[in-house]
Amino acid sequence: MMSKIVRTISNILILFIFIYGLYIIMHGHLTPGGGFQGGAVVASGVALLIVAFGSQSIHKSLREHHLSILESSGALVFIGLAFGGIATVFFYNFLVGSSIFGRIPPTGPNPGDIWTGGVIPFMNLAVGLKVLAGLSAILLVMALASSMTEMDE
Amino acid sequence: MRKIALAISLSVFIAFLIAAALLLHPFGYPPSQMDDYIIENTQSETGANNAVTAVVFDYRGFDTLGEVTILFAAVTGVIMLFRKKKKE
Amino acid sequence: MTQGAPFNVPFLAVAMLIGIAFYIILSQRNLIKLVMGLGILASGVNLFLITLGYREGGVAPIYTNVPIEKMVLPVPQALTLTSIVIAVATLALMLSMVVHIYRHTGSVDAEKSRTMKG
Repeated sequence: MMSKIVRTISNILILFIFIYGLYIIMHGHLTPGGGFQGGAVVASGVALLIVAFGSQSIHKSLREHHLSILESSGALVFIGLAFGGIATVFFYNFLVGSSIFGRIPPTGPNPGDIWTGGVIPFMNLAVGLKVLAGLSAILLVMALASSMTEMDE
Repeated sequence: MRKIALAISLSVFIAFLIAAALLLHPFGYPPSQMDDYIIENTQSETGANNAVTAVVFDYRGFDTLGEVTILFAAVTGVIMLFRKKKKE
Repeated sequence: MTQGAPFNVPFLAVAMLIGIAFYIILSQRNLIKLVMGLGILASGVNLFLITLGYREGGVAPIYTNVPIEKMVLPVPQALTLTSIVIAVATLALMLSMVVHIYRHTGSVDAEKSRTMKG
């Protein structure tokens, strides 16, 4: 548990870090970035919270059970989207040309349009959720073990 | 005895590595047939502006599926190793 | 970029990194230094994958507001993304096992935790 100034500033900063990570995840098909990079950014924000508040106080409200549920649901959504276009092949992009996220951009350099990409933005969200939950769980469990107490149950 | 064997095997290995690094293609002119096709047809087939994301999630989606499985197994292993034994 | 040296300098840098990593793995007894050597090996392999796909005077393979020039190859960058995430997961699991070994035997020496007793 660090001093009062550090706790107040990290309370304000975690909001901006979360929005920045979500921006990198959502614009994965237009700018450099995507699911893995955005998930790593948000996990570093959780690391800031653990350092500023101490792992015991964070463990009172963020258990590993909830993070495990988040991670498994992200993996299941990813596999469900892969089975969506099973009529042609496995992993077929079945949303290009249809009405949801299905516009086709003009060939060559252009300012990006966010309603393009087919099934890629949904896959970015699923993988981003999974990487976020997985790296936060690893950080939380190791911080708890190093402060001379262990997880119960 | 052990140090002599280590030194001989390590020097042979590093000689192989340096010979392989000098005999590769000249740096800056890679052979590329598959990547020319991907750069030409990304915007019309997948509809994304980012060729790297299209390759990771559309042209090579199986590798991403394998990587998601490895991440899940590693996180499960770490959580399992730090459990407390119940004293009953 | 500018005209490079007549022989391939980035590939020689990769060879040096992998050589240093193998020397560390074969000759250290402390378990934490062994894990650091595996991390250097992972970094060397990732650097090799990226420098395989560089084209002279190229830009990033993204079509949003790009200047009109040749593009570098996108497939090695996708393979490097996967490799970095796998290296993070493997290193986390290895460090957890080192902590477990320390709790059971009381030292991080590789020679002392050799016998398998109960």
